[in-house]
Amino acid sequence: MNSVPPSQTERIAFPSPGKHLMNYRRIWQTVVLLTGCVSLIPLIFITIVDYQVTQHAIESEFLLRTARVISNTQRAISFFLAERKSALNFIIKDNEFNSLLSAKRLADILENLQESFGGGFMDLGMIDSDGVQRTYIGPYQLEGKNYKNQEWFKEVVDRGNYISNVFMGYRKIPHFVIAVKRNLPDGSFYILRAAIGIDLFQKLLADLKMEGQGDAFMIDHAGTLQTTSWYYGEVLGKPPLPVPNFSEKSEVYETGKTEEDRLVIGYKFIDDSPFILMIVKERKELMEPWFRTRLKLITFLIGSITVILTVIFWTSWFMVKKIKIADHRRMISLHQVEYANKMASIGRLAANVAHEINNPLAIVNEKAGLIKDLFLFKGDYAKDERLISLVDSILASVKRAGTITKRLLTFARKFEVSIQKIDLIKLIEEVLGFFQREANHRSVTLKLTAPENIPEIESDVGKLQQIFVNIINNAFAAIHDGGCIEVTIKPKEEYWIELMITDNGGGITKSDIHRIFEPFFSTKTKSGGTGLGLSITYNLVQEIGGKITVESELGKGTTFMVTLPLSTK
Amino acid sequence: MAIKVLLVDDEVEFVSTLAERLSFRNFEAIWTSTIDAALQQVEAQYFDVAVLDLKMPKICGLKLKETLHKMHPDMKFIFLTGYGSEEDFQIISDQIGEEFYLVKPVDIDVLIDKINSIVKPHKKV
Repeated sequence: MNSVPPSQTERIAFPSPGKHLMNYRRIWQTVVLLTGCVSLIPLIFITIVDYQVTQHAIESEFLLRTARVISNTQRAISFFLAERKSALNFIIKDNEFNSLLSAKRLADILENLQESFGGGFMDLGMIDSDGVQRTYIGPYQLEGKNYKNQEWFKEVVDRGNYISNVFMGYRKIPHFVIAVKRNLPDGSFYILRAAIGIDLFQKLLADLKMEGQGDAFMIDHAGTLQTTSWYYGEVLGKPPLPVPNFSEKSEVYETGKTEEDRLVIGYKFIDDSPFILMIVKERKELMEPWFRTRLKLITFLIGSITVILTVIFWTSWFMVKKIKIADHRRMISLHQVEYANKMASIGRLAANVAHEINNPLAIVNEKAGLIKDLFLFKGDYAKDERLISLVDSILASVKRAGTITKRLLTFARKFEVSIQKIDLIKLIEEVLGFFQREANHRSVTLKLTAPENIPEIESDVGKLQQIFVNIINNAFAAIHDGGCIEVTIKPKEEYWIELMITDNGGGITKSDIHRIFEPFFSTKTKSGGTGLGLSITYNLVQEIGGKITVESELGKGTTFMVTLPLSTK
Repeated sequence: MAIKVLLVDDEVEFVSTLAERLSFRNFEAIWTSTIDAALQQVEAQYFDVAVLDLKMPKICGLKLKETLHKMHPDMKFIFLTGYGSEEDFQIISDQIGEEFYLVKPVDIDVLIDKINSIVKPHKKV
């Protein structure tokens, strides 16, 4: 809404508020962007670093754990084999060739072995240096069988002992053999050979049964399963895994292309045997704790970002809004000062014009008065009523002009005066007087209704004048030609006076009426409204301790109610 | 005995006419348009009342009043001004009371009433 009087809008050009107000949305966006970057970049950076460090730590941890399991299991298996090999070595060294040829003696020894080692020993055979099995204790008739051309026989002759791969043999039971050789002084030798079932082996590995999808088994150097695997088939089967490269130490490596089928494989070549211990685990299962940690980390990151962004958005919005309000207030004050200054300038100008006119007016007054005096006192023209009425007409016009200049002077001066006693009726009459010309021109009826006993109030006359000029000017903008503006003054309660300025104009819509006192709210921006008139009016009313409200009905008109205290104190 | 009025104003047209009109109304009105002439007049004869312009070239009406008052402490004063401003009003009111202050153009009857009201109570007829 605009409430600068139309006669003044032409002369008082307020600078557009947009020129002085900043782009708050832009500021807000910049603040959000900068604060967001400053707080989120370190957070995201730290989280990424933590992500990588934690992932690496967890990976190292499970690789290490796998290596440890490999190492421990390998020791148990090596011990298992070494124990049995040592037992056979002891037997072959403790018993003479002839005594071992005795089937009974050999049967006793096998029985002792079976009792002492808790199983594993399936049979026992004595083979002479010609490769002929001289004595055999076991479930089959293998006495007299010649092994001379067999690979294992050559091996044991060369190395002194031998551990075979697992095979089925006659029994159709998976087993392997351990053979040890004793050299005799005459250059000949004999061999003690025992078949050992893989049940204990199997048990040893089964005890290791990994958590989840882990698998522990043994293969030979050709990659054939030496024990039954949980996931890669029965004994003597071929698992779909490559035979690892030889290494003296426990090794762990990863294989597989996608995250889904990646495997962590640990292996160890068992010394003095054809066996390779293998532990296979699914990587995704091992990484399970990491996935949980990762989920927490990501949840934390997203949560933190959400909280930080919310706080940044809200606080910056709040602060920019405060700045905006402060700026608006500053702008209003500036406009108010500017407006007051301009009014004062106009006042001074008006006063000067009035002064300049008053002197010649006084001369006209005296000259015309003298003419009348001459007519009356000399008596020559005393009876010429036409002449007398002409002079009276001049005098009346001078009086009228004098009233105008005096009113102009009084009005102008009031912009510079502060608190004083004010006759409100007189003040409103003066204000309406300024609109009289426009009212006459537009056939607008100006009405003032007031009881006679309105007490004088103590207030700032300049501000009051500005308040009513603004409101009445608004009313003029709202009404059509031939409309009516009525000012009603009445005492309200003990210490208040209420002034109602009612017009029969177009009224204000419900959505606009709540914003009517807001700074820069205008429905007439295109026609040069600054949206500051009523806002300034509102502030002025507040400054002199009064209240201003508005009621309006579309199509019927608007009433501004200004309640003023009898004294600003 | 007629009331003697001294009119001082730099607007000759105004002050001479006013003096003539007062003469018609049985006042002994003498007018001057300069300070020096005014002082000469006051030295030469006694006036009941002086009607002074508040703003004249060289001197302010109030200053002139002070000088004249020293010469004739019984003399009364009325001020006329085209500058009918609050400021002037305030100065006069503070010093001699607002009833001695009139704004141009002034109605002759108002001026006569004012003269009578301040001179008559003191004048021995």
